[in-house]
Amino acid sequence: MAVSRRGFLKAACATGVVGVGATAARPAEAAQVKRPWMGMLTDLSLCVGCRKCEYACNKANALSDDALETYDDKSVFEQTRRTDADRFTVVNRFDREGQPPVFVKRQCMHCIEPACASACLVAAFKKSDEGPVIYDESLCIGCRYCMVACPFGMPAFEYSKPFTPRVTKCSMCIERLRDGEQPACACVCPEEAITFGPREELLTLAHDKIREHPDRYVDHVYGETEAGGTNWMYISPVPFGDLGFPTDIGTKPYPELTKGFLSSVPLVLTLWPMLLMGAYAFNNARGPELAGAPVNTHEEGGQ
Amino acid sequence: MSTTLHPDASWSAWTRDKLLLGLPLREYLRTLKTPFNAVAALILCVGLPITWIRFTQGIAATTNLNNDYPWGLWIGFDVLCGVALAAGGFCMASAVHLFKLKQYYTLMRPAILTGFLGYFFVVVGLCFDLGRPWRLPYPMFVSYGVTSVMFLVGWHVALYLTVQFLEFCPAIFEWLGWKRVRHWVLKLTIGATVFGVILSTLHQSALGALFLLAPTKVHPLWYSSFIPVLFFTSAIAAGLSMVIVESMLSHRVFHRQVQHEDPQQVDQVMVGLSRSAAVVLFTYFCLKWIALAHEDRWAWLFTSYGAWYLVEVIGFVLGPCIAYFVAAKVNSARIARVAAVWTVLGIVLNRLNVSIFTFNWQMPYRYVPSWMEFAVTITIVTAGLLTFRFMVNRMPVLYVHPEYPVEE
Repeated sequence: MAVSRRGFLKAACATGVVGVGATAARPAEAAQVKRPWMGMLTDLSLCVGCRKCEYACNKANALSDDALETYDDKSVFEQTRRTDADRFTVVNRFDREGQPPVFVKRQCMHCIEPACASACLVAAFKKSDEGPVIYDESLCIGCRYCMVACPFGMPAFEYSKPFTPRVTKCSMCIERLRDGEQPACACVCPEEAITFGPREELLTLAHDKIREHPDRYVDHVYGETEAGGTNWMYISPVPFGDLGFPTDIGTKPYPELTKGFLSSVPLVLTLWPMLLMGAYAFNNARGPELAGAPVNTHEEGGQ
Repeated sequence: MSTTLHPDASWSAWTRDKLLLGLPLREYLRTLKTPFNAVAALILCVGLPITWIRFTQGIAATTNLNNDYPWGLWIGFDVLCGVALAAGGFCMASAVHLFKLKQYYTLMRPAILTGFLGYFFVVVGLCFDLGRPWRLPYPMFVSYGVTSVMFLVGWHVALYLTVQFLEFCPAIFEWLGWKRVRHWVLKLTIGATVFGVILSTLHQSALGALFLLAPTKVHPLWYSSFIPVLFFTSAIAAGLSMVIVESMLSHRVFHRQVQHEDPQQVDQVMVGLSRSAAVVLFTYFCLKWIALAHEDRWAWLFTSYGAWYLVEVIGFVLGPCIAYFVAAKVNSARIARVAAVWTVLGIVLNRLNVSIFTFNWQMPYRYVPSWMEFAVTITIVTAGLLTFRFMVNRMPVLYVHPEYPVEE
């Protein structure tokens, strides 16, 4: 099935009928049936801002050799940081009046229908069978449309590399997952604020927690429906809008946003020739003497 | 300028005839000592070293782009404005070949050349911006991201560049004196024109559709599900206006080549074009409001972004639209030229509004291009102008070659 679809798509682009694939390519549901998608649930009420997840992430992805002690540096919380070419996850602190601050770990949300994947013209982003959204640097041309498209602003780019710049983001430690291990950050978290598991189970767990402790959480699982749902989800003691999470992205999967346009492409490709050739035939039949005043300088010219 | 290549002509005679405008090398070089060339040389002296830095030290060394602002001046101006302003080629080709508006014949070749060079230098600009420009052919040959609007843009720009080259080939073959090939390539004209219009429709609108994936980043006044149609319609206005601007500049710069033209007749053609441009701009103006109404974004008009929006839509769409109507009404080519420059500025403003000025409007800080980004953009524009001049001075672009009268 998958093979024949790919064959069809290749044929489609060879003839220039691009965009037809938009309706055919819905990898999400098909893959989900095969096995449960893995996901993560971050409980922001438990996070103490120790940044051990940053340490583990940097180690797992070979981003930094800094010793664990250097992550005790609390001065980084003075500013709100974002993901970067050399940090796939960041913890930020949000102060509250009269109450302890809330620490927020951010990273790629691993959308069910990723905007980055629908934006990528070389299909370098893919929703893996395991659940994480993964990136293939061997295909990337570095156009950075994925970064324009990502509603969460998570992908980063290696701007300072002249020859091999990559887009960088959390892969939910896909290699570790395939080896039967958990993502590095989930393993290291001393407060068990990050739970790894099948997305459906995590969703149930999140709602159970909210139901059991309505005083501790706002009634919202961030990532349940955002941008069509994500594999990384959050529960929080304060509204997500106060914690730097975008709250205006809606529940529609991002690929839907360009679907209408892409499906109009084959229409233009088939209707335009008819209309234009019609116009040509019509004007041709009218005869040149009727079609505007001829310019009599044609026979002159030159220098 | 002699037009046929004699069988006994030596290589140096060919060079002198075809490349050096019939002058000996020394004399030809002397003609290059002009103020314009001095400025151009100065620009290249700055631009080429920056090009070297860009490709040896990376994007960070030359631009102010960052993870929040992945696209800047090179995409916003070089690509988005470049493609829109190069739309004159398909507008003129369809006017002449499909709609048989023969009075525009003399404008078609310069428009097609501008279109071709416009797209060519768009691709050059894109190569500065891409992280790995040498992988440019990947979407054609290696991996197909068929769900991507960018995939469509890539394919269509590549195909359209080819089509425009084919459309311009007759002029090249006339220059070289290759009568048979020219005859053969002329047979492709109608097919190439139709294909060109299809490709232009799709990628002009696709450039707008790129931003459909950024509903939270493009400001609500500029974000619209109508954005593909808005980009397409405004590209036609930009294309027609560029034809007028170009004709105006050509008559100043290349007046020797157009001296056979009757100035009054040229003015008539300009007025004719302004009638079309007025209608297109008015349509675009209406579409802008329909888009606003469709998404129910009226409340945003009463913010500071709303004021800026009105500057664009009233000041740079309705304004030139009225000027075009007046030009057509009072038969004034002068007003038409003012309206054309005005429209071009308006379309540039629109593309920059969407991609830079209002992009990431919720972000607490703004991206401002580095001086090197500006320098590269200016260098690319200069290179485009120099190439245009080089070709126009040698090939029958602004005049009809005496040995190749217009055929039916």
